[in-house]
Amino acid sequence: MINGLLLGGVLALLSLGLNLVFGVIDVVWICYAELVMLGMYGMYFLYTVYHAPIVLAAAVCIVCVGILGLLLHTLVIAPLLGAAPINQLLATGGVLFFLQSAATVLFGVEFKNLGLRLPVLKVAGMFVSYSRLLAFGAALIAMVLVYLLLTRTYTGTAIRAIAQDRQIMPLMGVNSRRIYLITSGLGGALAGLAACLLVLQYDVHPFVGLTFGPITFLICVLGSLGNFGGGFFAAFVFAEIISVGGLYLDLEWGYVFAFAFFIVMMFVRPEGLMVRRS
Amino acid sequence: MTRYLWWLAGAALVALPFVYRSPYPLHILVIILIWSFAYTSWSVMGRFGLVSLGHGGFMGVGAYVTALTWNYGHISPWIGMPLAVVASAALAALVAYPCFRFRITGHYFALVTLALSGIVLQVITATRDYTGGSLGYTPERYQGGSSLWALQFHDKTTWYLIALAVWAGGLYVWNRVDRSMLRYALEAISEDEDAAAAAGVHVTAEKLKITVLSATMTALAGALYCQYQMFISPDTVSGISVSLQMVFAVVVGGIYVSLGPTIGAVITILLAEVLRIGFGTRAVGWDNLVYGVLLVLFIIFLPKGIVGSLLDLGRRARWTSS
Repeated sequence: MINGLLLGGVLALLSLGLNLVFGVIDVVWICYAELVMLGMYGMYFLYTVYHAPIVLAAAVCIVCVGILGLLLHTLVIAPLLGAAPINQLLATGGVLFFLQSAATVLFGVEFKNLGLRLPVLKVAGMFVSYSRLLAFGAALIAMVLVYLLLTRTYTGTAIRAIAQDRQIMPLMGVNSRRIYLITSGLGGALAGLAACLLVLQYDVHPFVGLTFGPITFLICVLGSLGNFGGGFFAAFVFAEIISVGGLYLDLEWGYVFAFAFFIVMMFVRPEGLMVRRS
Repeated sequence: MTRYLWWLAGAALVALPFVYRSPYPLHILVIILIWSFAYTSWSVMGRFGLVSLGHGGFMGVGAYVTALTWNYGHISPWIGMPLAVVASAALAALVAYPCFRFRITGHYFALVTLALSGIVLQVITATRDYTGGSLGYTPERYQGGSSLWALQFHDKTTWYLIALAVWAGGLYVWNRVDRSMLRYALEAISEDEDAAAAAGVHVTAEKLKITVLSATMTALAGALYCQYQMFISPDTVSGISVSLQMVFAVVVGGIYVSLGPTIGAVITILLAEVLRIGFGTRAVGWDNLVYGVLLVLFIIFLPKGIVGSLLDLGRRARWTSS
């Protein structure tokens, strides 16, 4: 149960950036998990190979993946903004192939880790992984920060306005290109943050994105697009299903139940868990 | 005139293995034909804007059901393959019906089907005591070597002819759909569901028909692949990467023309083989690197694919000259 809760923190952190991009630009970055994978490699090289202090490495990582997000938007998404949604999805699918194999070519297929094991806390007879606790906390803080940014600043208001109506807002004097760029950069930076925390508990290899990529999209959809509270909640629901299913059967069955749950929920509540019926 | 050319090309394809018997090129041809059939099955529904990422799942069901009935039930693939196809069609209907009934379209449909191929992949991996999990699975060899009953042949020529026939069948189905009322109904649906429904198109039923047809063909492709290769693993016949690979090849070849998926298969498989032979183990990953860049470029600059764009060019040339 507790482990599921903490896995939920990891998943919530992962889905945060995707949720932002998905909700604001209305584009599915199928390759989002691959950005996280690159961030994890960045952490690995900075920390283990170049011996940078871990906080500095994390900061560099977040900035770099943020820039990757910007690049992804300008090179791939911007020319396709007017195209059918499915073409955007497929184009980012191409980026997925590209990033995955670029990582294979550059870094090889070996599993790599930081060689850094954070202690396991023992609370009331239960073992709680410290790194998961850290991810959980970071997810909470990041969510609050993003929420404050969106509701308390001028840019944030513009972002929310664009998300609501793409046609009208440019007429009202909002520079939609700038807003999209900011959102993409922010989405990328959040992917970088997720990478910094994930690398503490998982080994990195070129295909690591496939293990948690799909579940991240499903969380965003289930939690209603662009709704951060919903995404957070959905992340915990998924995490509980995976870890409870994994406890009684295998981990794979946990995933099967989570996917099946998603499909059923799409039929029952297509708008996501947290939408009030009008 | 063009009609005779087609017949001539068909005859040349049939005659090829009797003239030219080198096993390796023949093997590549068989692989290309089987995948072309799989890609054609995807494009049967993909061309109507029904982008499914679940076809990896259907293909996995096709391959694994055939192999499992043979190994555990000692049932001939002649029965196992129809079983696999029915199972896959049932799975498609089970997921697609509610999708269409509750009007899940666009990238939501893609994500639901993505979850479906995730389920198939994880189930195959989870039942590793029976399916070998991610290590892969081999149907038992028939003692006598080649056997029609076991659908196992040593001879590459036989396999080439089988694959050729199935591929031609796939093209036939594609063209039948192209000329049917179903096509007009589905094109109307992909433009505007409400308008189509108002014009008397039964939206759910028409979409369900094409989905089940497509899943059926994909399962057959999976079963054939399993019988030919005699080795299947979740990564090669099922899962999300296989689904994406199908979409990719079809987009490159051309989604709106019958030979598009075939050309896509030729390009992708030859590219992978050339890189593999040219660079050996150093080439690991390079083929996908090229695919990825190509996919992005194609979607931005040539959304109709190679064959589609060539046809357009030809049409424009004829238009200006006349």
